[in-house]
Amino acid sequence: MDEQRREFIRKTGLGVLAGLGAVSGLFPESSMESAVASTSSGDSASGKTRWGMVIDTRKCRGECTRCIDACHEVHNVPKFDNAKDEIKWIWKSPFENVFPGESKQFVSEETREKSYLALCNHCDNPPCVRACPTQATFKRRWDGIVAMDYHRCIGCRFCMAACPYGARSFNWRDPRPAIKKMDPSYPTRERGVVEKCNFCSERLARNMQPACVEACPEGALTFGDLNDEQSEIRVLLDRNHTLQRKSELGTRPSVFYII
Amino acid sequence: MIEKALKGDRSYWGWIVFLLFIIAAGVYSYARQLDTGLTVTGMGRDVSWGVYIAQFTFLVGVAASAVMVVLPYYLHDYKAFGKIVIVGEFMAVAATIMCILFILADMGRPDRVLNVLLYPTPHSMVFWDVTVLNGYLLLNIISGWAVLGAERKGVPAPKWVKPVIYLSIPWAISIHTVTAFLYAGLPGRHLWLTAVLAPRFLASAFAAGPALLILVTYILKKTTGFDAGKEAVNKLAVIVTYAAVVNFFLIGMEFFTAFYSNIPGHMHSLQYLFFGLHGKGQLVSWMWFSMMIGLGSLVVLLVPKLRKSSTWLIAACLGIVLSIWIDKGVGLILGGFVPSPLEEIVEYFPTLIEISVTLGIWAIGIFLLTILLKVAVAVKTQD
Ligand code: SF4
Ligand code: SF4
Repeated sequence: MDEQRREFIRKTGLGVLAGLGAVSGLFPESSMESAVASTSSGDSASGKTRWGMVIDTRKCRGECTRCIDACHEVHNVPKFDNAKDEIKWIWKSPFENVFPGESKQFVSEETREKSYLALCNHCDNPPCVRACPTQATFKRRWDGIVAMDYHRCIGCRFCMAACPYGARSFNWRDPRPAIKKMDPSYPTRERGVVEKCNFCSERLARNMQPACVEACPEGALTFGDLNDEQSEIRVLLDRNHTLQRKSELGTRPSVFYII
Repeated sequence: MIEKALKGDRSYWGWIVFLLFIIAAGVYSYARQLDTGLTVTGMGRDVSWGVYIAQFTFLVGVAASAVMVVLPYYLHDYKAFGKIVIVGEFMAVAATIMCILFILADMGRPDRVLNVLLYPTPHSMVFWDVTVLNGYLLLNIISGWAVLGAERKGVPAPKWVKPVIYLSIPWAISIHTVTAFLYAGLPGRHLWLTAVLAPRFLASAFAAGPALLILVTYILKKTTGFDAGKEAVNKLAVIVTYAAVVNFFLIGMEFFTAFYSNIPGHMHSLQYLFFGLHGKGQLVSWMWFSMMIGLGSLVVLLVPKLRKSSTWLIAACLGIVLSIWIDKGVGLILGGFVPSPLEEIVEYFPTLIEISVTLGIWAIGIFLLTILLKVAVAVKTQD
């Protein structure tokens, strides 16, 4: 290869790199840097609200289901007897199911036997939103809630394949006959669409706490703005070591666990 | 031209009626599904996709494989493919239509399908898949029909067809790449989260597609006397051989990465598929059958003497198609859901209704292919 060609290749190579750099500068969302930061650290900017929850599992009693019942009641979540059609917004599962990546050897008996709450994490970087072809699942820019438009959802279930937490349920059949007590203040869903926890956005709009938080007799659930340093939830996060589910996937869950 | 499909002998009409019968059963089952919801299928909260999406995945490969005859013929002027190229293109048309039908069948709210276009969402791979699939369908219908129409009139094909055909070549690659991206970009589904998914899709497509094409040419020869030519079939057999080698090589790569790294998440799905996990292993015999028959067929294909004998070639092609159909059309999609994100093992069994809808859609595709090939053969043999 002669000098000229080598020089040409060097320059075009640099040109391409410069181009990429410019692009990532112009569109911060696409820059490599943000992708790296989002997987580990990089707490969100202040100013905007980012709703989050801390679950103090030390306070949560194993057999209690008050939060689950309250949620499913106010949101008209149907109850089917078979696992195939099951719809759930919040539920309890053993440690190894809720935290499959965490240590499995010599786990204390208490941890092994207790069950842990699982719900949608309202991820800051939600793969379900990325996968949805209609924006029926979307992240609310103003408060970080990952919400759903039941009227737009086409029922393709891409979001279910994309969510690494099993947080989503599909209406395999008409849910209405399986709703025990209808609550007229929240819409029921139709057959053929996906649903999941909505962080009680309808209650937040009325300045109320989420139903699960309110229902817990032990005060194990704390809800608040993760971007507000003064908030109770941030104080809890400051004082305790917490876990996020599968944090290695870079989804940045907004639900934290004190084990 | 289409009127040529209306002339046929008894066995032709018998075949058509048989297909219509299966289609009718499928339509009836689909009506049941629309009426009660997708609960009539075997899918559920944990295994939320089943045979529909699996067939879709396999058939995108069949559609893409038309490029294996289009490229040599149009780009390299490989004359021996002259008679077979239209068969490949029409097979792509039928396969693409089946793909679209399988997606529709899988949807909870098919009445809202236009939402994908009304709210275009570039960060969703489905958006791109819908775009490239429909584009591919158009490209193939237009080029296939135009070339055939010109041939019927005995004139050269119009000039504008060439660019359309050239465009269809990279487009074919794109449809299967984007289909792989549907799965490969999802965090937490370890079986799919692999950079070789798209290459593997392409390799298996270029093995199964041309193998199917070889089988179709034999059927055509038997039923209509239309002979694609020995050279064309031999060349296709070579393509199948190389693509199958690459396919099995890539499957081996998956095993090495998962089991040498020994990372549980990466091993689990493969363990479930091939050895069973926690006592559950509904697909184990399927997967080993797929491996055995695939590798066995590959051995046959690798021996030039066997490859050139039509009996062995037909057997090997059947083996390759079946092997890849199981691998892609059963194992890959179901395996992606086991274990679930909460590491539970939930098994899936398709229901009769689901199988009937699936057969119905296959029958629609084969029906279309029959009609299209009927026309093509009539034009080619000028009767
Ligand atoms: S937990 Fe699942 S459904 Fe909820 S935001 Fe994250 S990815 Fe989406
Ligand atoms: S099922 Fe609905 S919410 Fe989920 S990806 Fe499809 S359209 Fe979006």
